Amino acid sequence: MRIVVCIKQVPDTAEVRINPETNTLVRDGVPSIINPYDLHAIEAALQIKEKLGDVTVTALTMGPPQAEDALREAISMGVDEALLLTDRAFAGSDTLATSYTLSRAIQKIGFDLVICGKQAIDGDTAQVGPEMAEFLNIPHIAYVKAIEEISTQGIRVQRLMEEGYDIVEAPLPVLLTVVREINEPRLPSLKGKMRAKKAEIKKLTHTDIDAEEDKLGLTGSPTAVKNIFAPEARKDRKMFSGSPAEQVAALVEELKNLKCL
Amino acid sequence: MRIKVDRDLCTGCEACVDSCPYDAIEIKDEKAFINEYCQLCRNCLSVCPEGAIKEVETEEDRTEGMDLSQFRGVWVMAEQRDGKVVDVSLELLGAGRRLADERGSELTAVLFGASEDEAAKLIHWGADRVLHAQSPVFDTFNDDPYVELLSRLITQYKPEIVLTGATAIGRSFFPRVAARLRTGLTADCTSLEIDKETGHLLQIRPAFGGNIMATILCPKHRPQMATVRPRVMKKGEYNESRKGEIIKLDVEGLSSRTKVLQSIKEESETKVNLQEADVIVAGGRGLGKAEGFKMLEELASLLDGAVGASRAAVDEGWISYSHQVGQTGKTVCPKIYIACGISGAVQHLVGMQSSDIIIAINKNPDAPIFNVANYGIVGDVYEVVPELIKKIKEVKGSCQ
Repeated sequence: MRIVVCIKQVPDTAEVRINPETNTLVRDGVPSIINPYDLHAIEAALQIKEKLGDVTVTALTMGPPQAEDALREAISMGVDEALLLTDRAFAGSDTLATSYTLSRAIQKIGFDLVICGKQAIDGDTAQVGPEMAEFLNIPHIAYVKAIEEISTQGIRVQRLMEEGYDIVEAPLPVLLTVVREINEPRLPSLKGKMRAKKAEIKKLTHTDIDAEEDKLGLTGSPTAVKNIFAPEARKDRKMFSGSPAEQVAALVEELKNLKCL
Repeated sequence: MRIKVDRDLCTGCEACVDSCPYDAIEIKDEKAFINEYCQLCRNCLSVCPEGAIKEVETEEDRTEGMDLSQFRGVWVMAEQRDGKVVDVSLELLGAGRRLADERGSELTAVLFGASEDEAAKLIHWGADRVLHAQSPVFDTFNDDPYVELLSRLITQYKPEIVLTGATAIGRSFFPRVAARLRTGLTADCTSLEIDKETGHLLQIRPAFGGNIMATILCPKHRPQMATVRPRVMKKGEYNESRKGEIIKLDVEGLSSRTKVLQSIKEESETKVNLQEADVIVAGGRGLGKAEGFKMLEELASLLDGAVGASRAAVDEGWISYSHQVGQTGKTVCPKIYIACGISGAVQHLVGMQSSDIIIAINKNPDAPIFNVANYGIVGDVYEVVPELIKKIKEVKGSCQ
């Protein structure tokens, strides 16, 4: 069986701050990490490999050359091989172009199961997984919180819903997006780290995946960012001043007037 | 469009590097270089002192896309669970009504499953017509029949805008529809407006891990598709005398590759408490320790409220994820939201800014939380909150 795990290298967005004077993002020293949800996707694939035996796990990412670091980390956790899709032609891809590009590569690699994190913490769209499944013409199950059973024929999982969960089954090939509850990602082993250092990361460009050029990058992206901005202050706000006791007294007075107390 | 650096003008001063929210500008050979992360946000254009960064037209800009004039009308894909239309669909009918009126077009609700009474309800909440499909395939949620039928309908009727709730169901099948139709989809919008000049839908959402807001356009493809999270938009007006048309849909040829064997209900208590509470007292990184939440619990119970938290506090392990408010947590809309030691990253703000009254307590007067607050107290939470508890006890005591 061949499992492809799609991962993304993201800036650790929890470390990003806005400079209040310029309203721009302050990212000095913000580290790049593997999208946290994708670590759970890697772990899920490795657990399936341990259970079924004859499984090859391939980690796949699309990004600039430095995204190679994320793939090495995946190898250190135990994936068998890693592929980096990197090409200027992919520049400016939105979720649709990204999904198309990744799905072309997955098609090329061959697959029985594709696993992704439920979303990336920088974009938070949760769209690339289902969109890839559409391009691959396979079913998908989103928000998987447990894999109950898997064979070379099919899979039975628990899918997180608002009021609980569904038990869903599907034949292979299938694409899953996974949530944090599914497992606890392992830490890289020393042996894994050694292997990661030496591993060859294969790089692919758009010609390697037989992609149609007009479906890539900016050209292939129906959505565009018009502008970005920091939220504005509301005009009716009241800032109190004085000692904590004075400020609290003023607040309580306001709340009494509004009949909130 | 493409952003290009004029290498002759570039002095390699690096001023542009920090201006880019997407990490898309690097310095290579002492010149700025735009890499593949560029999202065309144009932030860098005004930053360059040499005017070396330019927006250039590409072949693509000159070629015409699809004929947009064929597409008309606003659609809301309503969601039913166990035969009942969920609230977010009604909220979207409120937003959809406004957008349709602005575009001078009709508002259509689409409903798969549920009874005719539920379909009629969608008209009372603002729809001009309802496309209603009834079939046992919609008794449980599977992506395939939803994707197949909605794609078919969009291809047939050509709506200009299609919205749905950013729920487990909406976020699962909507992207597939967008991919099948090769159009754009914007997730988790917090505001939807019509661009007065172009008529395009302005889709506003938190970006970059919720640190900033972005306006997203889908200028050359139709329909323009977007999801909106529950409790972000306000419901429209309910009018039982409102008339509309219910069109029964053909459901031939729908099947599913996935199969739901069982649905297990498992309501977490905190979720109910948080989302139904009239008062939420929430804590963030500024609390500095897990014990701080004990103090917030006291304040919350005094006000018959619930305790919430920012992602930072949850990441620190001070409180469980079920309390998290924000883009990756819960969206709440209480009467009073008291933010204690929460700096107010956009990803938190989008989960609570529609609260009726927001009270912010923070040491840092520049904290962005004060931007959305109705009332701001600058001070140490460990001085302010105990004082507030004392004062409220006094007020309550004097009333009894």
